[in-house]
Amino acid sequence: MSEIRTAHLDLPATTADLRKLAIGAVVYLTGRVFTARERVYQHAIEEGAGMPAGKDALGAVNFHCSPAAAVKPDGTYAVSAVTATASFRFAKWLGDWFRISGCNIIIGKGGMTSELYRTHFVPNAAIYLTTVGYGTGALLGRGIRRVAEVYWLKELGIAQAVWVLDVEKFGPFIVESDLDGNSLFERENAKIAAGLDRLYEGTRPATMRRFGETDDKTQEVI
Amino acid sequence: MIPLASLQRTAEELMAKAAIEIPDDYLAGLRRAADAEKGELSAFVIRAMLENYEAAKHDRRAMCGDTGVPRWYVKFGNEARVEGGPVALEAALRRATANATRNVPLRPNRVHPLWRTDHDNNCGIGAPEIEYAFHPDADWIDLITVHKGGLFGTDYRMLFPADGLDGIKRFYLDTLIQFGKRGLACQPAIVGIGLGGSKDICSVLGKQAACLRVVGDRNPDPRIAAIEEEFIELGNAIGMGAMGFVGSSMVIDCHIEVGYCHTGGMPMSVHMFCLSSRRACARIFADGTAEFRTDPMWFTDYMRRSTVEWRAPAAAAAE
Ligand code: SF4
Repeated sequence: MSEIRTAHLDLPATTADLRKLAIGAVVYLTGRVFTARERVYQHAIEEGAGMPAGKDALGAVNFHCSPAAAVKPDGTYAVSAVTATASFRFAKWLGDWFRISGCNIIIGKGGMTSELYRTHFVPNAAIYLTTVGYGTGALLGRGIRRVAEVYWLKELGIAQAVWVLDVEKFGPFIVESDLDGNSLFERENAKIAAGLDRLYEGTRPATMRRFGETDDKTQEVI
Repeated sequence: MIPLASLQRTAEELMAKAAIEIPDDYLAGLRRAADAEKGELSAFVIRAMLENYEAAKHDRRAMCGDTGVPRWYVKFGNEARVEGGPVALEAALRRATANATRNVPLRPNRVHPLWRTDHDNNCGIGAPEIEYAFHPDADWIDLITVHKGGLFGTDYRMLFPADGLDGIKRFYLDTLIQFGKRGLACQPAIVGIGLGGSKDICSVLGKQAACLRVVGDRNPDPRIAAIEEEFIELGNAIGMGAMGFVGSSMVIDCHIEVGYCHTGGMPMSVHMFCLSSRRACARIFADGTAEFRTDPMWFTDYMRRSTVEWRAPAAAAAE
């Protein structure tokens, strides 16, 4: 069997809870999470709307995603699957976002850079959990007990609205950043980088180059 | 005459099948990758995915919350006639897309690029895409839907004859590595490579190679088939597995499709069909009956013909 450590976390999580999580550990969540992605950030921050509700109502876990959901004729919601969207695109809003949301867990796809963790996550005692796969939408869908509330559905549409979800054994997620701002992905990238030169041996860069192109394979596109 | 109602009914069923059931050929390929995977985290990810497919099938819920960009491929038998003609067929495919979005449900992914308008039904200007092909001596219609992930794992580059096979190899590795880090491409993937054509056709060929050929299928040109096999191995030797963790599960299969190009160039595109390789197909006969399958059977001798006139098989597809 695998030696990967697994933790169950009740939400909201305390800093002491988060302190125990090492990068690479698997986590399941029970409690309240809410979805917010680009349109929510724009609306809350750039358009000045602020948070749609208080921390009691929303919880302190921001999931970068939107559910495969439909509004049923009786006004209730059918939620099928949820899958995260890539988080690096939301970097520019992070500072303001932590200030107005008070989140201490961000869940998404692919993580962010350790530089962003140190600038924004560490001072806010926050960590980043990555979804697994990333297509484990059905497993995550199973963990949703109920849709507690949906904010800004009319303004932003199903895919961009704020979905407040009560979840139970919601996961799996993998700890991508810890309270010190270390990144699991960057650790793995560094290990893989060591073998890349060998793959390219004997080949030459393309005849026609492109603006901004690099041949340094240790770099990332995010 | 193929009745419109049976086309729409079949199309709706295809939308649900694609979203919920992982095709057998991809599943078998992923299981083989799982058996060979030594990276602990990468192996964990694949186990979770295998569980996810079970959960999706059992609960009849979408396997991935991200619908990707649902699209249609339609192959007309030369003798096929549809009630209402092609315009009615397109309306039926749009209705099926909208209905399935509400009924499965699927995430409404499609928005206007500038105004971000979302009709909550995955339909809009140019959405869903519908591509056509034809088949000689047949009176059926093949409907194929593909819901490919939409953001990462695709690239295009104009190479030149001087770049040679090494240049092709290099761009292949570049694309896999840049989008494989952090698992942006949701690998292990079926990688499709388009070689030749002009820029647009090069992209179309690569995408079709990824999405419309099953795992294990080889290009009929033995020299291209050999490159496909070499590239599977090369991709899995990067040292990267699922989610970009250390491992060997990057490429489930590699498919290359070629088209004649400008004499001075060698354009290349790379596409990665993700862990949710969603495709479903059916053949609808003149009496309205439908036969479901997972192999699109898109690339035929006819599709790959290189002669002026179409002469039945046996013709060399390679030259
Ligand atoms: S790339 Fe595929 S598995 Fe990944 S989120 Fe998109 S549809 Fe899902």
